[in-house]
Amino acid sequence: MPIKSYLAHPIAGRKEELMTALVTLGQCEVIPAENQNILALVTDTQNEKEDEILKEKIEALSSLKLLALVSGFNTSQ
Amino acid sequence: MYDSVTNRRSFIKKMAMLSAITAAASMFPGIVFAREQEKGIPENAKLDWKKGPCRFCGVGCGILVGTENGKAVAVKGDPNSAVNKGLLCVKGYHQIMCIQSKDRLETALVKKNGKYVETPLSEALDLVASKMKESISQNGKDSVAMYTSGQSTIPEGYIASKFMKGAIGTNNLDCNARLCMASAVTGFLTSFGADEPMGCYEDIDHADYFVTWGNNMAEMHPVLFSRMLEQKTKRGAKIIDFATRTTRSSTASDRSILFEPQTDLAVANAICYEIIKNGWVNKSFVEKHCSFSKGLTNIGYGLEDKFKFTDKPEKIDFESYKEFLKDYSPEKVSKYSKVSVKDIKYLAAIYGDPNKKVVSYWCMGMNQHTRGTWMNNLVYNIHLLTGKISQPGNGPFSLTGQPSACGTAREVGTFTHKLPHGLVVNKKDREMAAKIWKVPVERIPSKPTYHATEMFRAVDRGDINFIWVQATNPLVSLPKTSRYRPAMEKKSCFVVVSDVFPTPTTDVADVILPAAWHIEKGGLYGNSERRTQYWQKMVDAPGDATPDTWMFIEVARRMGFEGLFPYSKENHVEEIYYEYRQFHEGAEHSMAPLEVLKKESGVIWPYVNGKSTQWRYNAKYDPACSNDEDFHFYGKPDGRAVIWQRPFEDAPEKPNQEYPFWLNTGRVVEHWHTGSMTRRIPVLHQAMPNAYVEFHPDDAKALGIRNGENIKVSSRRGSCTLPASINERGLPTKGQVFVPFFDENMLINDVTLDSFCPISKEPDYKKCAVKVERA
Repeated sequence: MPIKSYLAHPIAGRKEELMTALVTLGQCEVIPAENQNILALVTDTQNEKEDEILKEKIEALSSLKLLALVSGFNTSQ
Repeated sequence: MYDSVTNRRSFIKKMAMLSAITAAASMFPGIVFAREQEKGIPENAKLDWKKGPCRFCGVGCGILVGTENGKAVAVKGDPNSAVNKGLLCVKGYHQIMCIQSKDRLETALVKKNGKYVETPLSEALDLVASKMKESISQNGKDSVAMYTSGQSTIPEGYIASKFMKGAIGTNNLDCNARLCMASAVTGFLTSFGADEPMGCYEDIDHADYFVTWGNNMAEMHPVLFSRMLEQKTKRGAKIIDFATRTTRSSTASDRSILFEPQTDLAVANAICYEIIKNGWVNKSFVEKHCSFSKGLTNIGYGLEDKFKFTDKPEKIDFESYKEFLKDYSPEKVSKYSKVSVKDIKYLAAIYGDPNKKVVSYWCMGMNQHTRGTWMNNLVYNIHLLTGKISQPGNGPFSLTGQPSACGTAREVGTFTHKLPHGLVVNKKDREMAAKIWKVPVERIPSKPTYHATEMFRAVDRGDINFIWVQATNPLVSLPKTSRYRPAMEKKSCFVVVSDVFPTPTTDVADVILPAAWHIEKGGLYGNSERRTQYWQKMVDAPGDATPDTWMFIEVARRMGFEGLFPYSKENHVEEIYYEYRQFHEGAEHSMAPLEVLKKESGVIWPYVNGKSTQWRYNAKYDPACSNDEDFHFYGKPDGRAVIWQRPFEDAPEKPNQEYPFWLNTGRVVEHWHTGSMTRRIPVLHQAMPNAYVEFHPDDAKALGIRNGENIKVSSRRGSCTLPASINERGLPTKGQVFVPFFDENMLINDVTLDSFCPISKEPDYKKCAVKVERA
């Protein structure tokens, strides 16, 4: 059950859009920085396959400029 | 206790989020994630939000604490607070988590036959009172002492002062603020005749330049730093970092200038030299509002017990001052400060440009300095010569590290030499205190006794036989704890410690009193910008934990001083504030009525005619100005601020062949001071679980030291073993190592030197000589 955290850098002026898109995808918890153009993102999926699919979906978002992995945990059921 | 998978998973998610936030903080110093605090609050929660100040640093952010069914469950920034405008740092968000710590002190503990025995609070207080009385009757009033804190609330500090000075009649009261901002106090008093900054945080919104002197604001004052970064983005304001170590503040600044430890004195003089040489002096301001003085030189370092020093100020003229500065040309200073001539001239040009507004910020780097008072004077010199002072966006501003170092330590005066108004040496001030306290004036002694370092030396010598330590952890925070820990373990001194958690200081106590935490009692704090903040009790304290003010009152009553402490248990905070407020009547320091403080998220003093005074000494803003001029430095009898001639003098201990490195100590963003609270907050502890010793990569390479390898750091006084850190959080200059002091398992203060500024008596934690070797 992977839990991963990322820093998501939006394209300038599209921070709100990226945040909405991530929340809409599900399995994502997002906290935007108040004073910088960046989002802290935590993903929570059931298995590696699901995690890979979610990451692909995130990377395909047009409002995303860069996704940087910070930490990864794999927990038991 | 059963730990469900959901709980574990939720905890891991929280840790993952914190990792991301911590990573963001390293990339963008001052970054704020305001919504983070609201995560975890159930959507249907009906929280009662109560306002107060943050428990941690001296910035004094306003917080809102969400309570539900008598428990504090959430914290968020107070959007109505002019200080933080709804923002909080990572410590602020998580502060309430510490009160749920499993090792919370909930009952009084009395040491019997070497073991701590749970004891009813009333019985423990009886014992404290009887031991205090016994010591006084056997060895005199000056055999008892109290050591309090910049975290004490205003009522706590006030009652401590009244108890020791007014009731018992001893000046054996000092506090840990001596360790962090005493040099700022003596700097203000010698230059302006009145303590505390003339400006306020709103300066940030007006300044073109922020010059930070030895001050890592991105980690120590992150919310203010975030406000500075906002101005950098919005208006193009510039941040210049002047320090001995490259930090997160340096990397976020427009320019980072590094100097050799102790030579800030010389660089500040070189800036003044350049200002005069280039004709950047604001002549009309200096002629109307300044005078020139010099003091004694070669003033010592306080290394010996019972060290005494009294300065002998002497008036000089501008020409003598100009002559003195000839030794501080950029070319001469560059040779030993390792700051380039170009950089010195660059700094001078910033201050010298009449069209640019400049704020100087500093904290421990300048204050914890064997010439801390001088260093404060020198930065004031720069602002006075250019007339950049007491105006929006122009001014020198010393920041504090504790939430009420200003409000309690400085304003109430929990120092040996102070009274709630003025000094013990002044007859008028003693008379005022005696009148308000309703005690004979002869009872208040006129001579100061022990400042913090000397107080613990007196414990070691056996001159103090009873000490009560409140809301502080000196056996982690004092310099040279290798001497003072064994001193506090001696049988010659009965030690009482009141605290919220066990610490290395409670470990040596004969009686441990369980204290209520911040939101478990009402109180008032005063922050760095003269802002007084009031809060009401929000939740009940566990077990027998009791507000410190009330424990002081109970002991005073047991000692026969009932008449002096007539306060009610329910309303003592309000009753004490009204009594205390009488000390500050008048336009120079008037404090807001409690009714106003209850409504507002803090009010800046002087509070005159229903209005805060944001810029003191400027007639446009300050009703206390009375000389019919634009500025009036009314703290001095002649109404003039003093430009001081202060030379460069070396540190008492410098690296040599045997001890080849400078040791610099300090703090990290995750932990607050000795870590007794923040290390009990799981997310903060996980983010920074232990201290470390930072190396410059060239030094590490030369010594063959790898990251994480255990290194023994030793001085002439003691040693401490820590993992090496290379190219991680900070980067010391070559020939220097840096160690944070928050970790009670790695006591770097066993290694530090207890030298201090002879004027302020504040120790220098930033400079001593050490050797390093693989452990």
